[in-house]
Amino acid sequence: MTILSNLISGISLGSIYAIIALGYTMVYGIAKMLNFAHGDVIMVGGYLCFCTTSYLGWHPLPAVLLAIVGCTVLGIVVERLAYKPLRSAPSLAVLITAIGVSYFLQNAALLLWGSDPKVFPAFFSFSGQSGVALLGGQLNITYVAMITVTVCLVIMLALTTFTGHTKMGKAMRAVSEDKGAAQLMGIDVNFTISMTFAIGSGLAAIAGVLLCSTYPTLMPTTGSMPGIKAFTAAVFGGIGSTPGALLGGLLLGVIQIFAQAYVSTQLSDAIVFAVLIVVLLVKPTGLLGRQVREKV
Amino acid sequence: MEKLKRMAPSTRSSFITYGMVIVAYAVMEALLSGGLLKSSLKGLLVPICAYVVMAVSLNLTVGIMGELSLGHAGFMSVGAFTAVIAAAALESTVTSGPVRLAVSMAIGGVAAGLVSLIVVVPVLRLQGDYLAIVTLAFGEIIKNIINCVYVGLDGEGFHFGMKDAASLGLAADGKMLLQGPMGAVGIQKLSSFTAGFLLILLTLAVALNFIHSRAGRAVMALRDNRIAAESVGISPSRYKMMAFVTSAVLAGLAGGLYAMNFSSILAKKFDFNTSILILVFVVLGGMGNIRGSVIAAAALTVLPELLRDFSDYRMLVYAIVLILVMLFTNNPACKTVFARFKLGSPAKKEAV
Repeated sequence: MTILSNLISGISLGSIYAIIALGYTMVYGIAKMLNFAHGDVIMVGGYLCFCTTSYLGWHPLPAVLLAIVGCTVLGIVVERLAYKPLRSAPSLAVLITAIGVSYFLQNAALLLWGSDPKVFPAFFSFSGQSGVALLGGQLNITYVAMITVTVCLVIMLALTTFTGHTKMGKAMRAVSEDKGAAQLMGIDVNFTISMTFAIGSGLAAIAGVLLCSTYPTLMPTTGSMPGIKAFTAAVFGGIGSTPGALLGGLLLGVIQIFAQAYVSTQLSDAIVFAVLIVVLLVKPTGLLGRQVREKV
Repeated sequence: MEKLKRMAPSTRSSFITYGMVIVAYAVMEALLSGGLLKSSLKGLLVPICAYVVMAVSLNLTVGIMGELSLGHAGFMSVGAFTAVIAAAALESTVTSGPVRLAVSMAIGGVAAGLVSLIVVVPVLRLQGDYLAIVTLAFGEIIKNIINCVYVGLDGEGFHFGMKDAASLGLAADGKMLLQGPMGAVGIQKLSSFTAGFLLILLTLAVALNFIHSRAGRAVMALRDNRIAAESVGISPSRYKMMAFVTSAVLAGLAGGLYAMNFSSILAKKFDFNTSILILVFVVLGGMGNIRGSVIAAAALTVLPELLRDFSDYRMLVYAIVLILVMLFTNNPACKTVFARFKLGSPAKKEAV
């Protein structure tokens, strides 16, 4: 039974990674940049939700919506101010700017909310219970885990429909294939990239709320490690691929929880990363990544 | 002066770099002996040297080889902890402090080089962001493993363990060197500013000579166009390995210098953020530009100290400065302004 409950918490953690990894993968696919500040948008989402519920006493639902709107606006503003002027700059320059934005968000949060960890309120408990007990109490599934997995699946379906069947989604795919050609076809490339950042940041806010509900401590650095892990998950599944992000995230979450439970808590990160290296050695572009043929 | 003008541009540029470092050292020494340096800045001298060496060595990977590495602090970490252990082991055999520092730093460098031989396998197979994530993963693995290792030393020799300090079975006169998450403790402060200065000179000599050698040109040819370079008979694996291992050994040496400047050091010190910090030095200094790395590393290490007046806001200001510098140096309008100030080097026309 412990295997089953570990599997469930692994899938739940993996779903959070998958939602964050979607943000990385979309931005990478369209803007060809690694948005290192993505992890910190998660943290901002967590804090927004925390403040409105704990200080202002809001109901969780509008609080989560506000966090999503806040992070979406934040994503658009950051893209406009910091990344847009660098559209034609070398990719490493954009990377360093993203790191600058990440430092900025972390330190701004440090000034606003202080360095002491905040305890995130438990949203997902109904009639005093935080989960349902199955099989005579041997297996306990928390509501957070159920909601996380459901939200992740809903987001995946919505996003696949969006990129596959709407005009905006088509524009996104076109921009990720060839920016120049897309522009010639009358697609507003800058607007499309802004939209991508908006969606990615909105997803980060959802991930932030789910992450803080599962692990209820909130600090200015809360987002950085999950950010790195989700980035790893995105690469694991093949960066730029939406199903790859889901697969990579889920696998990473399950491997991490199993390594924690059966090998060593301290070495669990090392094991996750070692598996990643082995996978990349066998499949150099990730599990579902496209193999790009090199032309002379 | 006449002679300086007749030199090849690359040689002249190298001499300017050496000269700059030597002048900076002389000025700092003069300030130190005059007692004009604030104690907070004095404490930064050795870390600055270590970061300069790190930046120059990472520039070999990122600038010269053209591969993004996000785990350079991992090599620094290997070098640092190996050097600390070596220094403790050599305490009775090598009594002279500077010699012991040099020997243990060299051992640290060799250890980092050996570890890099493992990392080089994926480096040769992967490219671009996939390679970047592998180096990131490697840096995290190193941090995690060092966090679990316990090393003790007594009359019988070394004791290693992965569980806790008690399970090592040390003799009564034994000494703990590495205590898992507590890091290395009881380090003798052997590092000095002069040692750091000499290490910078050594690093510059290695890096500049490598770049201007046949191997360096081969590595740069592979960076600019791998297929073309391969077709004229340049072996990618051989030259990339050369550049990568050299860079790792230098990072190991810097790690040794850095660690022996403190009485205790944690594995957490060499995490992803440190790797990123060094990458920031390299990119701000200009990729492939060794002198730029030296200046950026020194300036950016001192900057937070100079911003101390802003107290709580200093890291915020640092972040804003970083973003603004990137925006201005990469803005096309600003670039033309900069180009006008550069006398003697007409702005290069970009190929379309």
